[in-house]
This record gives sequence, structure tokens and C-alpha cells, in this order.
Amino acid sequence: MKNKLTFACFLALFGWCACKETPYQHGKIMYTNFCENCHMADGSGLKGIIPPLAKADFLQKNKEAVPCIIRAGMKGEITVGGQTYHTEMVGIPKLTEFEITNIINYIHTSWGNNLPPVKHPDVRTWLKRCEKNTKPF
Amino acid sequence: MRYLAYIFLIIGIAQGCQSFDNRTLPILGNREAVNGDTVYHTIPDFAFLNQDSQLVTNETFAGKAYVADFFFIACPTICPKTTKQMLRIHDHFKNEGRLLLLAHTVAPKYDTVAALKKYAYNLGVESNKWHFVTGDQAAIYAIADDYFSIAMEDPEAPGGYDHSGRLLLVDKNRHIRSFCDGTDPKDVDRFIVDIETLLNEK
Repeated sequence: MKNKLTFACFLALFGWCACKETPYQHGKIMYTNFCENCHMADGSGLKGIIPPLAKADFLQKNKEAVPCIIRAGMKGEITVGGQTYHTEMVGIPKLTEFEITNIINYIHTSWGNNLPPVKHPDVRTWLKRCEKNTKPF
Repeated sequence: MRYLAYIFLIIGIAQGCQSFDNRTLPILGNREAVNGDTVYHTIPDFAFLNQDSQLVTNETFAGKAYVADFFFIACPTICPKTTKQMLRIHDHFKNEGRLLLLAHTVAPKYDTVAALKKYAYNLGVESNKWHFVTGDQAAIYAIADDYFSIAMEDPEAPGGYDHSGRLLLVDKNRHIRSFCDGTDPKDVDRFIVDIETLLNEK
């Protein structure tokens, strides 16, 4: 009994240490692989060309469109932080709902962003909605 | 005796500082001996069009140093990162008239003068400081070689083009004096110091 308790404590400690850096390690790895080239490691984007994700009002205002943008990409003008952007974003159709959820939650909690986490069932619903609509945004 | 050691120490430090001040960058690339003279690797003649449809040649950079790189607008891989670092260099040397920037597109089919104009406008940079050039694809790919870079069309590559992300520092004598990995901000820190060293050369 005592041994099990000790083991559970160690496990909890290990889990806490592993997650200390960011609670969304998987999202971070996925972000590095699929998003970082354009949106940058610090979420700052590229001036006038690629919108930032750090402290971006767009994320809060368009919560339900974001999963679709990640999966299907987007075209046309958008405004982020008062600046307009026209660069087409290429979607990543191979990402699963879980992966998209983890990426969003990493973005929501990084670089000064403090947005509530999104839940997998909601992401699934939003993705279903945009599958019907060819233009996600 | 001890005083003598101190004197030598001071002389040594002074000497060290002096040689640091007079640090010069090496001339990179192959060199040949022609009639007893050393001929260094030199950027050959070129002629491309910039975002204002102006002809850009070696003469554009006469008496100046410049930083060159290769990119394309629709690049889904390393270009945004290298352009971000080019922008850092641009902002750092904004008021330094002796340094210009030269970005070559490796996709001239798509990156027309108009497209480059829009790109430069969105970045908020001036044409007389940062030239975005397009031109004959074969000529661009050939000169990439002279800049120790790779540029090629490749349907297998993301976005359809393959190229390296190096930033290269060329002096007023058309010699390459330093380069860095344009995707690595730390390497670019070192490169900026190299640019300052070159500009301070007498």
C-alpha cells in the first residue's frame, strides 16, 4: 500500500516536471513541425506578410474558424491587430482532430496569449461545419 | 621583476585590443594564382529587374557592401524565416548608406515585378535600400552558385523550388566576406557583427 502511494507520488512529480514547460508539449511539437516556418517560434509572424499569433485578437474573435483554417488553409484579406494581410495560407489536411486541438491549445497558452483551452468534441463540431462549407472563412 | 611582468601584461592586453579593432574578414571562396597575383572569387556581372522595374547590376552596388539571399514569395518552408532575418539586418542598418540588400527570387515565373513590388510594400521597405530582383531563371540559378547557394526548380520540393537559406555579405570589390544561416537568429547575430567589421575596415 505504502509502496503504491510512493509510486503514485513519483509519477505525479514526474508528470508535473514533464509538463512544467508547457502543458501542451504535443501541440508544441506539432506547431514546430507545421506552423513555425511561417508564424515563427515566438508567434510573431512576418511584418505585413504573415500575421502574428502572439496576442492576436483574431484568435479570440474567430475561435470556431481556426481549426478549419489549420486544416483547409485560407485565402483573401484578413485583419489582425489592425493590420491587413493577403498572403494565402496553405492548409494541412493530414492533421487529425486531436493534433489540431493540441496545436490550438499550445497557441492559446503561449507568447503572452491567455485564451481558454478548446475541447476536442468542440473542435470536431467546428471541423464538421466547415467540411460542408468549402470556404472555411 | 614583478613590475616587468605587469608591464608586459598591459602591453599584451593593449596589443590584443588593437588587433581586435583592426580585425578584418577573410575573402571567401576559391583563389587562383595568375602571373604571381592572387585572384579571389568574385561575383560576376549580372543584370536583373527589381520591384520598380529598374535594372539592377553590379553598378547598383558600386562602392557599397550588400547582403544577398535567395527566396520565393509562395515558399512554405524556410523563406519567411530568412526574410525575417533580412528584415532584422535591414532595420539594424537602415540609416547606414554603405549597406544594401539584394533578394533574388528563385521562382521568376510567379514572382513578377508586380508581385515583388507588393511583397516589398507589405514589408514596408524602400526599393533603393532592399532590391527584390527577378529575371532569367537560368541566370539566377547560375549566379546562386557564385553566392555559394543552391537554387533549382524541383516539383518534389515543397512549393516546387529548392534553395538554400544562406545570407551572404559581399564587399565593394565583389568579394564574399561572410555568410550565415538565415534561419538561425544566433548565427545572424554574429553575421551582423561581421557586417559592422566590414564597414569599419579602412
